[in-house]
Amino acid sequence: MNALVNLTPLVRARNVHKSFEHLEVLKGIDLDVAPGEVVVILGPSGSGKSTFLRCINHLEAINRGSIEVDGEQIGYRMNRGRLVQLSNHAIALQRRKIGMVFQQFNLYPHMTALQNIIEAPVGIHGESRSQATDNARALLDRVGLSAKADNYPRQLSGGQQQRVAIARALAIKPKLMLFDEPTSALDPELVGEVLATMRDLASQGLTMIVVTHEIGFAREAADRVVFMDGGKIVEQGKPEDVIGNPQHPRTRSFLSRFI
Amino acid sequence: MSKKSGDIASPSGDAAERDVVNAHKPVPTGRVAAWVVTLAIAAYFAWSVANNENFGWHVVGQYFFDPVVISGLYVSLGLTVVAMAFGIVLGLLLAVARLSKDRLASSLASLFIWFFRGTPLLVQLIFWYNLSTLFPTLSIGIPFGPTFVSWDTNSVISPMTAAIAGLALNEAAYMAEIIRGGLLSVDRGQFETAEAFGMTRSRALRRIIIPQAMRSIVPPTGNQLISMIKATSLVSVIAMADLLYSVQSIYNRTFEVVPMLLVAVIWYLLITSVLNICQSYIERYYSRSDRRTGTVKAIKEDAAALVPAQEAGQ
Repeated sequence: MNALVNLTPLVRARNVHKSFEHLEVLKGIDLDVAPGEVVVILGPSGSGKSTFLRCINHLEAINRGSIEVDGEQIGYRMNRGRLVQLSNHAIALQRRKIGMVFQQFNLYPHMTALQNIIEAPVGIHGESRSQATDNARALLDRVGLSAKADNYPRQLSGGQQQRVAIARALAIKPKLMLFDEPTSALDPELVGEVLATMRDLASQGLTMIVVTHEIGFAREAADRVVFMDGGKIVEQGKPEDVIGNPQHPRTRSFLSRFI
Repeated sequence: MSKKSGDIASPSGDAAERDVVNAHKPVPTGRVAAWVVTLAIAAYFAWSVANNENFGWHVVGQYFFDPVVISGLYVSLGLTVVAMAFGIVLGLLLAVARLSKDRLASSLASLFIWFFRGTPLLVQLIFWYNLSTLFPTLSIGIPFGPTFVSWDTNSVISPMTAAIAGLALNEAAYMAEIIRGGLLSVDRGQFETAEAFGMTRSRALRRIIIPQAMRSIVPPTGNQLISMIKATSLVSVIAMADLLYSVQSIYNRTFEVVPMLLVAVIWYLLITSVLNICQSYIERYYSRSDRRTGTVKAIKEDAAALVPAQEAGQ
C-alpha cells in the first residue's frame, strides 16, 4: 500500500522550458518529487533553479512542457481533449495547496506576526478566527517565536522574520512547500536558526523543494539533491553521492568552491 | 587617570570635568533677536488689522452665523464630501485600470485622465451646466441603433448635479494618479506573495497592497481635500448656493464686500485647519507598523524576558 502511494509523485515536471524575452532560462527540466520527499536544488546563480521553483506555483508561466502538482496540471486543464488556460481565479485555487517561503521574507509589513500567519487561513481557507489564531500560536511556538506574536515585521530580526514567514506558509497546511533561497538574505549568524527550523520540518515528513546555497543543509536534510546548471539538471541523487562523489565536471567545480 | 604624554591633545581638566553632561549651552542671541523682531511685526500687523475700520469686524461678527451663510457652508461641505467620495472611488478604479495589463482598460483610463486633468475645472463646470445646449436629450440605447429610455437634459442636470459631476470627475483624474503612484510604491514582492498564497487580485489589493499604499496616498489626498473645499467656490458661477455664493448674495444687497468675504475666508480657514488635524491622525494610523519603539514593543519585551527559554530552545 505504502509503496503504491509512493509511486504517484506529488510534483511531476516534464520537459519544462522557460524563456524571458530571448533568454532561455530553463531548457527541458524533468523532475518527479514523491510525497514526503525533501529535494534540495543546488546550482550556480543563473542556472534557473529559482525560476523553476517559481514555475511550480505558476508565479512564472512556462513556455513548453507541463507541471503537475497533486495530480492537477498547474495553470491549465483538459477540456474535451484540448488543453485550456485556466482563469486567474482557478490558478489562485491551485496555489492554495502550495506554501512558499521567499528570499526576502515578504512578510506583510502592516500586519503583526500573528496577523501575517492568520491572513490566508481566515481570509482564503475560511477557518474561524479563533481556530486560526490557536493554530498560529502553535506554529509560532514551533518556530520558537511565541513571544513575538504581536510584533510587526520591522521589529524582528531577519532570521525571526523568515521563521514567521515559514510559520505563515505552514498555516495553510500545504501539501508542498517551496523554499526560494530562504537564507540568502540573512546575516551569517542568523542562518542557523532558519535552517534548524527547516530541518525540523524535513524530519516531519513535509514535502519540500528547497533552492539554496547551503551545502550543509543539503547534506543533512535532503532525500535527494538535484544539481542544475545552464537551465538543465546535470546530476541528481542521494546527497552523499552528489555532494560526496560528484560525477559531472560542473558539479565538481561548483562544489569545490564550498570546501 | 595618570597623565601620560599621549594625553596632550586633551584640554586641562580630568575626565569628570570633560564629561559633556556638564557642558553649558551658549545663549542663542541671534535667534532670540529674530523672535523679538518677528513678534513685534506680527503684533503690529494684528493690531492694525483689528483697528482698521475698513475691515468692518462688527459686520463680520454680525453675519458670521447668518442662516444664509450657514446654509452656504453646508452646501460647500456637502459638495466637498460627495465629490471627494466619488472622486476617490472612481480614482481607485481608474488607477487599477491604468495599471492593468488589459490594453483597453488602461488606454480608456489614460484618456479619461488626459482629458479631465488637461482642461480647467471652471470650464468643465460650465460645460456640465450647459450640457443641454449640446445634447438636448440624454438616452440609453444601442449606439447607432434604437434607444430604450430618454430624458430631457435640463431635468437631469440641475446646478447640483452639474457641480457634483464637474468636481467629482475632475477629482477622479487627480486621485487616479495619486493612487496609482501609491500602488506602485508597494514592493512587488508583496503582490507576488499574495499571489503565491492563492489570493484573488481584488483581495490582494484590498488586504495587502492598498493598506501599504495608503501611507503614500494619504498626504497628497489631504492636499486634494483642502483644494476641493476651495474649488467648491467655483460652483458659484453656475448659481449653486455655496459658501462664496451666499456671502456674495449678501454683499450684493448690503455692499459690505470686504467684511462678507472675510466671513467666507475665516470659515474656509476653520475647515481646512480641522482637516489638517484629521490628516495627521490618519497618517499616524497608517504608519503604526513603522514605529520601532512603542507600547506593544515594550510589553512584548517584558513577555520575552519572562520566557527566556523560547528563543534559546531553537
